[in-house]
Amino acid sequence: MFTLIKTQKYSALLFASSFLFLANFALGQDEKEASAASPGHNQIVIKDFDFSPKTLTVKSGEKITWINRDDEPHTVVSVEKQFKKSSALDTDQEFTITAGAPGTYTYFCSVHPKMTGTIIVEKS
Amino acid sequence: MSDYISHDHEHDGIDRRGFLHCMAWAGTGLLWTISGGVLASRTLAQIAKGGDSLPSATDLSFLQISDSHIGFSKEANQDVTETFKIALDRINAMPTPPAFLIHTGDITQLSKPEEFDTFDEVLKSCRTKDVFFVPGEHDVLNDGGKLYRERYLKSVEAKGSGWYSFNKNGVHFIGLVNVLNLQAGGLGQLGEEQLDWLENDVKGLGSSTPIVVFAHIPLWAVYPQWGWGTSDSERALGYLKHFGSVTVLNGHIHQVLQKVEGNVTFHTAMSTAFPQPAPGTAPSPGPMKVPAEKLRSMLGLTNVQYVHGKSALAVVDSNLN
Repeated sequence: MFTLIKTQKYSALLFASSFLFLANFALGQDEKEASAASPGHNQIVIKDFDFSPKTLTVKSGEKITWINRDDEPHTVVSVEKQFKKSSALDTDQEFTITAGAPGTYTYFCSVHPKMTGTIIVEKS
Repeated sequence: MSDYISHDHEHDGIDRRGFLHCMAWAGTGLLWTISGGVLASRTLAQIAKGGDSLPSATDLSFLQISDSHIGFSKEANQDVTETFKIALDRINAMPTPPAFLIHTGDITQLSKPEEFDTFDEVLKSCRTKDVFFVPGEHDVLNDGGKLYRERYLKSVEAKGSGWYSFNKNGVHFIGLVNVLNLQAGGLGQLGEEQLDWLENDVKGLGSSTPIVVFAHIPLWAVYPQWGWGTSDSERALGYLKHFGSVTVLNGHIHQVLQKVEGNVTFHTAMSTAFPQPAPGTAPSPGPMKVPAEKLRSMLGLTNVQYVHGKSALAVVDSNLN
């Protein structure tokens, strides 16, 4: 979703119909591919009191990193206490875990419990 | 009416209609008196100038301050310590000082000891020394509220995670905690133990006893989509419905909103740190950036007055302009 947001942004610029932006759009695609190509690195962006992507599918053993882009602290807490909880993440702070056994893991922000997300771990 | 911005001429994320709408929420006109209130509305600034004094018939006057967020330094207000000081200066300038202050939570931004230290240091400048607290979610971030409870419950007989009650001038005050043990997908929460305590706490009181309840997150469904409500508040209010006058004071949403339901008046206070958007008018309830010259008009405090024999307490908001 992080790259999707980026793509949307570039699409909007593209809509402004400039050849220069077209070049940027291509660059954006390159970044997306580069990011997708790095194996085992999964990012969840916290923005506007939401986890993005809301559902993330990873392989067992891969790393998952949350990064807070809000001006408000958030936490990452497993609903069933299946993985260690984060401390309060201030703006631009990150929290990383390594995906364990295959299964579905739901989590939420204990400061703003309306914020929920899901991680699906598949066999590596 | 749509709450979306239709004309953003200055690219500041706000249009004229949205601004007026927003200011209506924030109560820039400052002042109104609730139904049954006996006082003409006035600003604290006017009172401080000496042109207008509080009527001597007032039995009890206290102030609510909220959401000081000490430690916050983002664009919405890069000096929240200074605006907190300004709020205290306003209190100090009142010719008749309030009997006490109530702080409805989010003392700090990140529950850090040094943030609590700064708050305590600045608070020393306030001439009114009695302050009653309830925690906000920002005060209990990493330790479940341990540090908060060590510091801010010394003058009360707190139970459980920090709730308590006390009596002043015939008014029964109840401080509740609704920011702990929150459940995934849910809202603010009081919990069984606290609700049982509340039921017992008010059992022996006569129905003519005025009740003031204060807690951080609103005890009414202001905007559940943003988490602005408390899941089990109905049960709490059920224990209070036979009282003739119930005033519920909350913070959390950084703007003045009011609702009257039977004998219960719900009221939320402004923050001393930064405003938040009116319900549903922004992608999220995060800190709202406003032009620098507008900021202090959207920060403020709340004066509450009780006159014996009157049905409702007078609740008056004033901003920091």
